Amino acid sequence: MTETKVDNWTEIISPQSHILDLKLKEVWRYKDLLIMLVKRDFVATYKQTILGPIWFFLQPLLTTVIYVIIFGNIAKISTDGLPMTLFYLCGITLWNYFADCLTKTSTVFKDNASIFGKVYFPRLIMPLSIVVSNLVRFGIQFMLFLCFWIYFLVEGNNVHPNIYIILTPYLILLMATIALGAGMIISALTTKYRDLTFLLTFGVQLLMYATPVIYPMSTLNAKYALFIKINPLSSIVETFRFAFTGSGTFSWSYLGYSSLTAFILLIVGSVVFNKVEKSFMDTV
Amino acid sequence: MSNTVIKVENLSKQYRLGEVGTGTISHDINRWWAKVRGKEDPFLKIGEANDRATKGNSDYVWALQDINFEVKQGEVLGIIGRNGAGKSTLLKILSKTTTPTTGNIKVKGRIASLLEVGTGFHPEMTGRENIFLNGAILGMTRKEIKSKFDEIVNFSGVERYIDTPVKRYSSGMYVRLAFAVAAHLEPEILIVDEVLAVGDAEFQKKCLGKMKDVSGQGRTVLFVSHNMNSIKDLCNRGVLLENGLLAKDDNINNVLKIYTENSIWNLQKNFKDFRHHSGPRLFGFISEMFIQNATNEKIQHTFLMGSEVLITLKVQVHSYMKNAEVGIKISSISGVPLTYLVSCWEGLEFDLDIGEHIFNVSILDIYLYPGKYFISPWLLIRGSAADDSIQEAEVIEILNNDITGFNTRFDSYAYSGCEVYQKSIWTKEK
Repeated sequence: MTETKVDNWTEIISPQSHILDLKLKEVWRYKDLLIMLVKRDFVATYKQTILGPIWFFLQPLLTTVIYVIIFGNIAKISTDGLPMTLFYLCGITLWNYFADCLTKTSTVFKDNASIFGKVYFPRLIMPLSIVVSNLVRFGIQFMLFLCFWIYFLVEGNNVHPNIYIILTPYLILLMATIALGAGMIISALTTKYRDLTFLLTFGVQLLMYATPVIYPMSTLNAKYALFIKINPLSSIVETFRFAFTGSGTFSWSYLGYSSLTAFILLIVGSVVFNKVEKSFMDTV
Repeated sequence: MSNTVIKVENLSKQYRLGEVGTGTISHDINRWWAKVRGKEDPFLKIGEANDRATKGNSDYVWALQDINFEVKQGEVLGIIGRNGAGKSTLLKILSKTTTPTTGNIKVKGRIASLLEVGTGFHPEMTGRENIFLNGAILGMTRKEIKSKFDEIVNFSGVERYIDTPVKRYSSGMYVRLAFAVAAHLEPEILIVDEVLAVGDAEFQKKCLGKMKDVSGQGRTVLFVSHNMNSIKDLCNRGVLLENGLLAKDDNINNVLKIYTENSIWNLQKNFKDFRHHSGPRLFGFISEMFIQNATNEKIQHTFLMGSEVLITLKVQVHSYMKNAEVGIKISSISGVPLTYLVSCWEGLEFDLDIGEHIFNVSILDIYLYPGKYFISPWLLIRGSAADDSIQEAEVIEILNNDITGFNTRFDSYAYSGCEVYQKSIWTKEK
């Protein structure tokens, strides 16, 4: 054997890899898997249900009805002069996307332990597929929201959309990024410390109340507003509602703060996830 | 040009024993603190060879330790070892489902593993959808799967059910389909672990054929199985793992030979370790056993057929035993009992006082076929279950000996599962 042939290995399996080596090239190579996983999620969720994909609409609708009754009519929380249905549906649609992404992503190692333990593929595919398949679901629910929105717009119910509507894709991207980043951090931690799983369901609920989903920012007094503003999700939900209805607040600086947080979460999440994916089979 | 496709260098893998949970945070912090100071991981220094049967002193064990070997292109390498020897860990590292603790593996080409077929099959999805999903999980692109789709369906033989959800499949059909997908992966290196245990005989034959095809095409196969026959059939080289260490790396016949011999001798039990004893030991226990050559009283484990074997048992009694009995079971290596040697059957009746007692039993002419046999002693009070017994405590080997003076071919008969020679006298009357 000559020594010139030393470095033609296609791969070296070793204990450590570079902390920022996310193997994005490999992820791209497995893009078909991502598509198949999204498809699987769809087929699996609504197989053997009578209503099938109609549930996509029913879920937010039912939640909206409940919110209208409890928060709107019983608790009488202000909706900034907006029709209650539209106000809640707006918040719920966006929030559900975040909550679904986060909860699913955070248990990704535990849920897929049987697959991860047998076959290798870039693990990042799994959380990505969750975000994408929830995006499809969000898309459908967003259509529902648009229908209601157009109805109220035509009826002339104090709904004033504005130019910030073009920010919508960016807002969704931000939501996805925060959910993915936070989800990956939590998923990495839950492999070893299961306690977090119990905290999570509670945490997501709590987080919803710390985000202006069921109330507008304008109703808050200065003391609470600060807390709510620290939450990077607040400005996203608020901007989304402002863009479509014209009620609420918008500020570039808050949105910038959210973007920065999302970016940091994504980086930290990817690094942590990457570190854990290598050895999680020994601890899960 | 070097045609090594896999090079394993100083590979080790450490596992933490016991429950992961309590103490992990403190260990993690310890580890992190060592890292901060630029010191070595404190838990990497401890740990011991992974021998399941003996109790270790540390919570960490090495499932693999300093493994080095190379695999050349086109080789079919059999990985052999007892349960817990580290075979699966090695394959897991190779298939990248876990990482080594130290050392590395260099690989040339794509590795696909059949650690378990049907990974990611979703019961609600149809056979067709599952082919695409499973294929994608195994690393195929949609295009690749499409071009091989018909072939896969043909190979699996479930054409009629291809648009039915796989939860309606019989388990055989399920496995067929799963294996069919995996078999059409066409990686440069294929890892196969025990998959041949599933499916019916016809399908197994098909699978073995496919594996042979794969290796015939110049691709490399790593094969793990407990079925020595299929390993012998398929592999040309073997590595033998013992307690996480590489015990032998040679051509398959040599490795198999060492494995079958070692694995039997290794089964001899340590009498001092009470985990090998069964029974309540309320009255006493067997503390030692010697197997000796009757003529010169030397301890030995190999005997010629027909020779006299002397077995000595030492018994420690801690509570008076009335009507005690000692005995010995001789069984084949597959665990089938062949004969019992019992003290009272031969007229030796006794009560045992507290203290040490020694018994001798002589097998006048051992008429077992050539091969290896287990010796299992027991101690009991007559009429009740064994107070102490050590299953398969020792192994003896019987060698062929011209005992009848005629052509017997006992060696070849031993393989047929028959074990005991019975002296008989033949005459021809007419």
